[in-house]
Amino acid sequence: MKKIMNDPNEVVQEMTEGLTAAHPDELKQLPGTMVIAKMNAPISGKVGIVSGGGSGHEPAHAGYVGEGMLDAAVAGEVFTSPTPDQIFEAIKAVDGGAGVFLVIKNYTGDVLNFEMAAELAEAEGIKVEKVVVNDDVAVDDPSSRRGIAGTIFVHKAAGAKADQGGSLQEVKAAAERAVNNMRSMGMALTPCTVPAAGSPSFQLGENEMEIGIGIHGESGIERKEITSADDIAKELTEQVLDDFDFTGEAAVMINGLGSTPEMELYIVNRKVQAILADRGITVYKTFVGEYMTSLEMTGCSVTLLKLDDELKTLLDAPAQTPAFHS
Amino acid sequence: MELTVQDIVAWIEKANEKMQANKKYLTTLDQEIGDGDHGINMARGFQEAADKLTENDYPDTGAVLKDTAMTLMSKIGGASGPLFGTAFLKMSVAAKGAETLDHETFKHGLEEAVNGIKQRGKAAEGEKTLVDVWAKMADLFNRETDFSADKIADEAANAMEQTKDMMAMKGRAAYFKERSIGHIDPGSASSQYIFAALADIIGGK
Repeated sequence: MKKIMNDPNEVVQEMTEGLTAAHPDELKQLPGTMVIAKMNAPISGKVGIVSGGGSGHEPAHAGYVGEGMLDAAVAGEVFTSPTPDQIFEAIKAVDGGAGVFLVIKNYTGDVLNFEMAAELAEAEGIKVEKVVVNDDVAVDDPSSRRGIAGTIFVHKAAGAKADQGGSLQEVKAAAERAVNNMRSMGMALTPCTVPAAGSPSFQLGENEMEIGIGIHGESGIERKEITSADDIAKELTEQVLDDFDFTGEAAVMINGLGSTPEMELYIVNRKVQAILADRGITVYKTFVGEYMTSLEMTGCSVTLLKLDDELKTLLDAPAQTPAFHS
Repeated sequence: MELTVQDIVAWIEKANEKMQANKKYLTTLDQEIGDGDHGINMARGFQEAADKLTENDYPDTGAVLKDTAMTLMSKIGGASGPLFGTAFLKMSVAAKGAETLDHETFKHGLEEAVNGIKQRGKAAEGEKTLVDVWAKMADLFNRETDFSADKIADEAANAMEQTKDMMAMKGRAAYFKERSIGHIDPGSASSQYIFAALADIIGGK
């Protein structure tokens, strides 16, 4: 294992210290917690938006704390959900009286810990609602589908709706609209190593790739010999298109998993755009870059979000965060 | 037989000893069908719980179980934190204000714990989760009228073994589908240690 780090057990704490030091006017870390919150939180009368999950997916989620997206993000240990007490602190810190909305990626640990935190908050009189993001079509059963890069679109939709003065129910509806109209699929060329573990969680041969892999290295659909960028783009995009009718307008995200050169992401995007044009899908906006990573995994994911007028408005609304601007 | 505050503290300490001793084994089980951190997480959570209990004096068994629950919930992490936290929290509610725990109260606490875990994890029996051990223990307590160390230890071990032939339906192991068959569920294994620890305490009285 070759990593730029000090103590493998301190990586999350040291990362959050570095992050807040980079954005001293916008972000604060709640003392004694792994919660990164907007400097001006809570905002009276606005629904607070909280997300989070295991670390190792940077810039998710603390990179999306700021105007127009999240009010707070909770960082767990690497690839491990944060605990209910930490999430509860985040909820309390962003509650401006209009309730708090939780954006949860669909992993058992995340769902259980966030739900337990929601119960603790409700017991103290804070209204809490949630959405569970399950955009990964690599898993057949929709209720078991993992939340991956599409989560960023949900941060955007929920955050914009809350900024526009939406009620807790309206924020929930906007987030659900994004979740219901969105699908993703990823692939990897190389595994990643959790710092405290010291060795990769799985192995891929020199000429192998895995299609449908999860952002923690969960097994995908198929492991096979690596093919061209065009073939990879085609396979990911077609799996996404087979699962949902995207006819109309869509937003596209080509997400790097941590160690993929931008050059390669753009090569993938080139083919994805061509396929969508062929299928008569109009691309309204494209995002290419690292939005939801998996430590130093090499690979990418393709996310499509079908847009209607409301989702377009929410996507275009102003956002000012370390990792996302619009 | 009735379990005292000291017995409950000793139970958690014994469970901690077993988690520490089997940390590597639990992690190996989890590497086969999960994400390979169960032993590390359980060992950390139970160490913190045992430490916490030695720091305080407790008026009743419910208070011991509540502190155990809150510590496990916040220190284990992952999916196991809320699940084991919920189990002990439900038992603590059943034991609230009880200076000692008789078989009847313990039985009631276990039933509540099983319901709590099922609800929290949206899991049923037979889905290769810790529910498979906890539910069997509640059944045993329903059949019996007094604590029996041997029966508790045997039933827990049997229930854990039975998860081997099940296909995982919940948690990360579910992604392995048929490939999860033939492996013991890590959460059932750690649950088995919890009840083996209870049997040790009862057997030593």
